[in-house]
Amino acid sequence: MKSRGGRPWLAARDQIRASEAGPESLNAFLALAEDGDMPDSVPDGPLSGVPVAVKDNLVTAGLPTTCASRLLEGYQSPFEATAVRRLRAAGAVVIGKTNMDEFGMGSSNEHSAFGPALNPVDRNRVPGGSSGGSAAAVAAGYVPIALGSDTGGSVRQPAAFCGVVGVKPTYGRVSRYGLVAFASSLDQVGALGRTVYDAARLLQAVSGHDPRDATSSTRPVPDLRAAASRGVGGLVVGIPDEYLRDGLDPAVRRCVDEGVEALHDAGAEIRQVSLPHTRFAVPCYQVLAAAEASSNLARFDGVRYGRRSGGDGDLGDLYEVTRTEGFGREVKRRIVLGTFVLSAGYQDRYYSQAQRVRALISADFGRAFNDGVHALFTPTTPTPAFRLGERLGNPVQMYLSDVYTVHANLSGIPAMSVPIGTVDGLPVGGQIMAPWWGEETLVSIGATLEARLGEGAG
Amino acid sequence: MTWEAVIGLEVHVQLRSGRKLFCGDRVVFGDPPNTHVCPVCLGLPGALPVLDRQAVDLALRAALALGCTVPRTSTWARKNYFYPDLPKGYQITQFEHPMGIGGRVDFDSDGGAKSLRIRRIHVEEDAGKSLHARRPGRTGIDLNRAGAPLVEIVTEPDLRSPGDARAFLQSLKRDLAYLDVSDCNMEQGGLRVDANVSVRRAGSAVLEAKVEIKNVNSFSYIEKALTQEIARQIESREAGSAVRAETRVWDDRRRELRTMRSKEESSDYRYFPEPDLPPLAFGPEELAAVRATLPELSRARRRRFVSEFGVSTYAAGVLTRTRAWADYFEALALDVAPGEAANWIMGPISAIVGEGGGSEAAIRVPPHRLAELIALVESAAISRSAGRTVLEAMAAEGVSAPEVVRREGLGQVADRQVLEGWIDTILNEDEGAVARYRAGEEQVLGHFMGRIMTLSAGRAHPTEVRRLLQEKLREG
Repeated sequence: MKSRGGRPWLAARDQIRASEAGPESLNAFLALAEDGDMPDSVPDGPLSGVPVAVKDNLVTAGLPTTCASRLLEGYQSPFEATAVRRLRAAGAVVIGKTNMDEFGMGSSNEHSAFGPALNPVDRNRVPGGSSGGSAAAVAAGYVPIALGSDTGGSVRQPAAFCGVVGVKPTYGRVSRYGLVAFASSLDQVGALGRTVYDAARLLQAVSGHDPRDATSSTRPVPDLRAAASRGVGGLVVGIPDEYLRDGLDPAVRRCVDEGVEALHDAGAEIRQVSLPHTRFAVPCYQVLAAAEASSNLARFDGVRYGRRSGGDGDLGDLYEVTRTEGFGREVKRRIVLGTFVLSAGYQDRYYSQAQRVRALISADFGRAFNDGVHALFTPTTPTPAFRLGERLGNPVQMYLSDVYTVHANLSGIPAMSVPIGTVDGLPVGGQIMAPWWGEETLVSIGATLEARLGEGAG
Repeated sequence: MTWEAVIGLEVHVQLRSGRKLFCGDRVVFGDPPNTHVCPVCLGLPGALPVLDRQAVDLALRAALALGCTVPRTSTWARKNYFYPDLPKGYQITQFEHPMGIGGRVDFDSDGGAKSLRIRRIHVEEDAGKSLHARRPGRTGIDLNRAGAPLVEIVTEPDLRSPGDARAFLQSLKRDLAYLDVSDCNMEQGGLRVDANVSVRRAGSAVLEAKVEIKNVNSFSYIEKALTQEIARQIESREAGSAVRAETRVWDDRRRELRTMRSKEESSDYRYFPEPDLPPLAFGPEELAAVRATLPELSRARRRRFVSEFGVSTYAAGVLTRTRAWADYFEALALDVAPGEAANWIMGPISAIVGEGGGSEAAIRVPPHRLAELIALVESAAISRSAGRTVLEAMAAEGVSAPEVVRREGLGQVADRQVLEGWIDTILNEDEGAVARYRAGEEQVLGHFMGRIMTLSAGRAHPTEVRRLLQEKLREG
């Protein structure tokens, strides 16, 4: 019971509404909860009374779910995502749905059908994507925590760009039920927070087996909050050389070096490691993610729900006009790519080849972790947040924003981005990757970096 | 020049789990459209499939019974295509690694004992239905069937005649029912057959371009469609032209095949592994356990009924049409001579409960009670015709034979005085007939017998009546 003093979450919502209506609007939200959407009181729990923002690809009761697509404009789900239900059960109050790249496809939020969210650190720059609205909402202080989803870096990259913490758990740690699928074998619900502790307690609240998701794990969920105060003494942290090569901004590199030093000073053993297949990850990811997306997005056909256009008496026309008008350019680009790589005659050369590469990338991690490395530390992105429009005309350039993050999705391991410094006032994120089910290690290392390098650090 | 037909079949069978394959919705035929649907089978954004293991267990029985090898793991795949009754834009099926491969089935056809190899058996979800007739100019979508559990059984092209195809399908249908795998209700789409057919010169090993036949909804139409198609192909070949690979559909009204699409327009389904479902795994212990529960199938049982019980091949065929029927016979044959048991089941019992079906009605007259009734008839305690009346009462009310006999006073009458009274009544009523008999028209005796049996409500002892009747007619 936290109803004393009325409903504080209403005030939080009002503040967001006012701010988003003003000149400093971030366009972070696609929908804000009305009074009737929010509870009078909340259950006692680890997140009692905490306002939380939810990415608009997690279906919610009461609030619409659009995935930032014209095709789902106004779509109201009759059921709620497991992660959101668990949030509410933990006492959190869903305050709104956040902007994103359409169906999760993008690294800048510029592929939202409803205009990009902006980076609160510099409104001329992108907040990253696809969970850009969630990262912006946390960075702006609208909410202390927000849910995102991470298919190839979609939680970690915007967290890095906006200067907040973002964690993608092990594949299977959080139920995907109610997460509108982009690439099912890569998608995970992720947590964003102002601090490592916040992100950890959010992740804790939504983790655990769900019988509605056949890929969710039955493993017990560890106490992630306790891990925040555990330190890094005795941990071996690997630094993969492949993540520090061409394309990495030297200023970002300096921040990473400081992070390494901080970990060393805190008692971690630093070890150079090699992940030889690293450079194949982005094309491998693009092929697999597009292939799965082409299938996952087939259901948006104008027949049962969402937008319907065309098709007076002609089925082909109904599909064509609905999907041509309803999907944005990037989504169409990936559907076409995905359809191609699965086609007869091309599947083995592209899709199957990518599956083989995926196994090699996983094996790289397996080897490193078997050799006694407890975690890996890398930059989250090669550069800080770029300018709006800067990469829109060049998809390949855009895809390279994910050059350090897709590996964790391809192999299923957990990974976290923590702020480790700034370059010209722009936040820089460091990425920690741990073995499968090693979220506790992420939290311990993340909290250590935060304490030594974060804003409050000496 | 003689030609040889090469026929392979793809059979879709609805599993009788009663639930959809990837959600808990019930599978019910004939309910109002879209009354058995949920986020999962509607393909709503964010919904995920969760496998119903019971359906897989049924499919596993089928795979083992068809002699298939069941690999340790099999995987799910997506078959991608757009159609309004396919809510997700893909069907979840098995492709690269099906749950059963390389089986063999023996069956009997008019041409003797035949054998057919099974290429594969896999589990998949059904699509919904498009309703074209309900509203003019519009197509309705009913998703009650979307997600219903199916197995697809694919044979090798080992069949050589339409009659063999039909015989195999009948045998398959019978066995799937024996196995409790499926009700195989063809009227409700619970068993659907596609056939691939080509013709080649007899003795050739070449595989010619095949024509796929779809949408045939009865076994006799399949036989007819295949016969038509084989004739068409032979005619075409003899005229020197090639047969084009195409899909032809059966037109129920015209009872003929017509071209649906040529293979050049065929779809690319872009199969790939279903990421939402972990692979299926079967341990050797599990396979052994399931194998141990498989019943003896119809063909083996039919042969055993002939060899073990000495019933005719025809009777054995009738008695093994359903497993319930065959079980009933075997239970009855414990107490009653097999020939007599067969006659009772194929005669009076099937007259009451309907041939082959009616296991429920049969339960009202369990075998031991029928045996009791047969004993009463054989000891002449009641007449054979009274026996039928008693049986009807037993089936209707679930009571025993002695109870009915007592209640209805049906005990057989052999008392000479009583019988003579009935005989006199009948003979006095119809002196003309008596005269005809005496004039040599002996079949009139049957007429008198019938009248007397009616008069006595079936209780008159027939042998005794006949003896006394002949005596009386001679006397006069």
